[in-house]
Amino acid sequence: MTYFPIIGLEIHVELKTNSKMFCGCKNDPFGAGKPNIYTCPVCLGMPGALPRTNRKAVEWTQLLGLALHCNLATQSKFDRKHYFYPDLPKGYQISQYDQPLCENGYIDTSVGRIGIRRVHLEEDTAKMQHILVHGTRTSCIDFNRSGVPLVEIVTEPDIRSPQQAREYAKKIQEIVRTLHISDADMEKGSMRLEANISLSTDGKTLPAYKVEVKNINSFRFLEKACTFELERHEKLLTQNAVPVQETRGWSESKNGTVSQRSKENAEDYRYFPEPDLPPMRFSDEDFEKIRAQLPELPEDAISRYILAGIPENIARTVAQNRSFAGVIDALLVSSHKNMVVSVAQAIVNKKVLVEGKSADVVVAEVTAFSKNDEISESNLQTAVHAVIEEQEKAVADFRSGKQQVLGFLVGMVIRKLGKKIDAKTVAEKLHSAIQA
Amino acid sequence: MPNQTKIMDHSIRDILHMIREKQVSPNELLDEAYQNIHQVHEQLNAFITIQEKERAVREIQKHEQDHAVFFGLPYSLKDAYCTKDIRTTSASAVLQDFTPPYSATVYEKLQHTGAVLVGKNNQDAWGHGGSTENTDFGPTKNPWNLSCIPGGSSGGSAVAISTRMVLFSIGEDTGGSIRSPASMCNISGLKVTYGRVSRYGTIAYASSLDTVGPMAKSVDDLAFVLKEIAGNDPHDLTSSPLPVPDYPTLIQRDVKKMRIGLPKEFFGEGLTDEVRAVVDQAIKAFERLGVEFVNVSMPYVSLGVSIYYLIAPSETSSNLARYDGIRYGQDRSNFTEETIRRILLGTYALSAGYADELYKKAQKAREILIEEYREALSHCDALLAPVTPSKPSRIGELLSDPMRNLLEDLYTVTINLAGVPSLAIPAGFSSDKLPIGIQLIGKPFDELTLLQLGNAFQQATNWHTEKPPLLEQHP
Repeated sequence: MTYFPIIGLEIHVELKTNSKMFCGCKNDPFGAGKPNIYTCPVCLGMPGALPRTNRKAVEWTQLLGLALHCNLATQSKFDRKHYFYPDLPKGYQISQYDQPLCENGYIDTSVGRIGIRRVHLEEDTAKMQHILVHGTRTSCIDFNRSGVPLVEIVTEPDIRSPQQAREYAKKIQEIVRTLHISDADMEKGSMRLEANISLSTDGKTLPAYKVEVKNINSFRFLEKACTFELERHEKLLTQNAVPVQETRGWSESKNGTVSQRSKENAEDYRYFPEPDLPPMRFSDEDFEKIRAQLPELPEDAISRYILAGIPENIARTVAQNRSFAGVIDALLVSSHKNMVVSVAQAIVNKKVLVEGKSADVVVAEVTAFSKNDEISESNLQTAVHAVIEEQEKAVADFRSGKQQVLGFLVGMVIRKLGKKIDAKTVAEKLHSAIQA
Repeated sequence: MPNQTKIMDHSIRDILHMIREKQVSPNELLDEAYQNIHQVHEQLNAFITIQEKERAVREIQKHEQDHAVFFGLPYSLKDAYCTKDIRTTSASAVLQDFTPPYSATVYEKLQHTGAVLVGKNNQDAWGHGGSTENTDFGPTKNPWNLSCIPGGSSGGSAVAISTRMVLFSIGEDTGGSIRSPASMCNISGLKVTYGRVSRYGTIAYASSLDTVGPMAKSVDDLAFVLKEIAGNDPHDLTSSPLPVPDYPTLIQRDVKKMRIGLPKEFFGEGLTDEVRAVVDQAIKAFERLGVEFVNVSMPYVSLGVSIYYLIAPSETSSNLARYDGIRYGQDRSNFTEETIRRILLGTYALSAGYADELYKKAQKAREILIEEYREALSHCDALLAPVTPSKPSRIGELLSDPMRNLLEDLYTVTINLAGVPSLAIPAGFSSDKLPIGIQLIGKPFDELTLLQLGNAFQQATNWHTEKPPLLEQHP
């Protein structure tokens, strides 16, 4: 029996707005020197306190929605999601239920398109800390994180391999960072991954179960957790058992996932529209203002570089590195435009360091680097023949069809001359000398 | 012995004038308020917290130089409003030790006017009730008859005004909680349009229905208080940016040719003859002022209690979720039976599998009701209706009959569902001298028309000047 992996991802990203989602408190949970210093009646959920929406957070969510090719909702609202946990001071989280800010987007990966079901905005919870207080193990709550704007990006179950899951998640991180809306730091927790994993028998119909894996704090662990789960499911399915619908957590020490809680019964969050916040309406004009803020996304930059003649793998590296991209972008609009391919190759292969240098300086260095020393035809011929005599075995290999030894022979000739000369010319000379 | 006129019997307009002209001092006013508190509070239990007089005197001193508009006026707040450094309980044992670190917008605004807070009033816990019996601090008694309820949930506020312990109070109306006690204690109370006054710092009962409004002896007094507390608040996104009219200067108006609608659904089965007679008498008084009456019909009003008792408990089950026992010191076993009933009802109405049939259907019905009010009010300036179907009940009667308790709200809850304003004013007495009021219902944000009509009525009648017999025992 062949099984087909069905994976969907939920990615949470904390927005780095100045203030929190529903109050004016500073949004800096990781920079706070002490617990509970960035709090007020609103984010503490005090009786009588009312939320007020952070407009910047709404705009940034819409900006992200545009970057993920989503439709932006003209009508949206917040809802209350009810559950009990000590880090949730109101007994409900202000989230979005049936009218998310963004819907129906996609991201292309190297092995196919992944649909994005929705992107919505909510508030983060406080943080529990289990620490020793006067020698007693005590559960404490730090509300610095309570009410930090949190975006949730939910895919369709379109991901077909652990590698694709990793590629997708990396792309989301790149996009979020390009938009400057979040640090998307997985170690700190400003970007969190959850995977829903199951195996299908035909790759089309969704299986009757799914397993949710949380506590994944790196791309590598995402790939490992998916692989681990898929193997576990396959083993169970081949024994005619169905994996239990549950939430599992990735355990680094166990190098696998462990069961956290059963999810056989769907949780009832008793959603209803947040009466303290009026519904939001957006006009085309609002959307145009958002669209105008959209910077060039990594995929678009890569296409532009490829069109300029840069090989794809080099274009990708350039697009991912802000200082590389800066030099190349400056070159593309300068009189050195014809140098762009060689400069891109030089900086990606680290032959020229670009950190803190202007495009002109980089171009000068690349030019100097590739400039060849003058050498006479007879000196070159002498060196070529000397190497052919010395490297009998390599030459024999080349004659028998091992093309790759040519590079080695070229290197030997250059070394013998002790000069910087064009490798292509040496290769041609060697080639004709050996064939002769 | 006839009632003696004292300073606290005067209108806010007159008292402000008397203070300006140095005929009375704020300290004399405060003395009288505290004297009344000492004389009758013990019998009535209108306050949960009474401010120390020394502290109140210090507050007067703070404003001595700044010509504050309400300089020296003694007032109270329902205990649903957060007051920084002053205990705020919502009349529930769950919050018996809660001292807020911040203040409600309405309290901050009033503190700026120079008015002096003398106490926090008793109420039905969390606003759950219409009798001020459902409180963990002992029931409040009606000063017109100590064995009767004062109405609720803002019962303590109404009693404090009626017995001249304060000049005005801020009540909170989610389904009739200002109008019911106003009617039963012979005072005036205004349920404002949803959004007219900021809710920030109001301990929520049902967020989409809760309104913050003034209670006082007369409609003219209400105009003064409303002007100070109304307006947009950046802390409450549901508060309206509409400008606030200068109610006290605009309140005088000839009401001749104004048109009032009588919705037949407010005069059907359940309305007692005694209340009906008072309403008829009020209609005649308005007719003498030249007001015209038209009959209107609003069929969904008869479903009001069903709609209200799905939406309000749903929201309250959510709003009270924060009292989970982790903070505020007291756990959930401290909720009263009435509150537990409402939490359970709301939790059920929002649960998967039931929400479509209950909560969502109620929301649809609410939209139809809003449209009915809009339609009815497009033909007239206001609607007139009774506030409660019967005169004040005896203490304990409603507690033992939860269903009747709900039906008492029949004439008030649909106004909250529609979000429109409604003014309750004294209009007469039962045969055993218990107060009975009427309500005037207006268009959204048209509190002014209601105040003008109510003021004209009070200039032509004397119901609102009658004082409870309890005060006569303490001349």
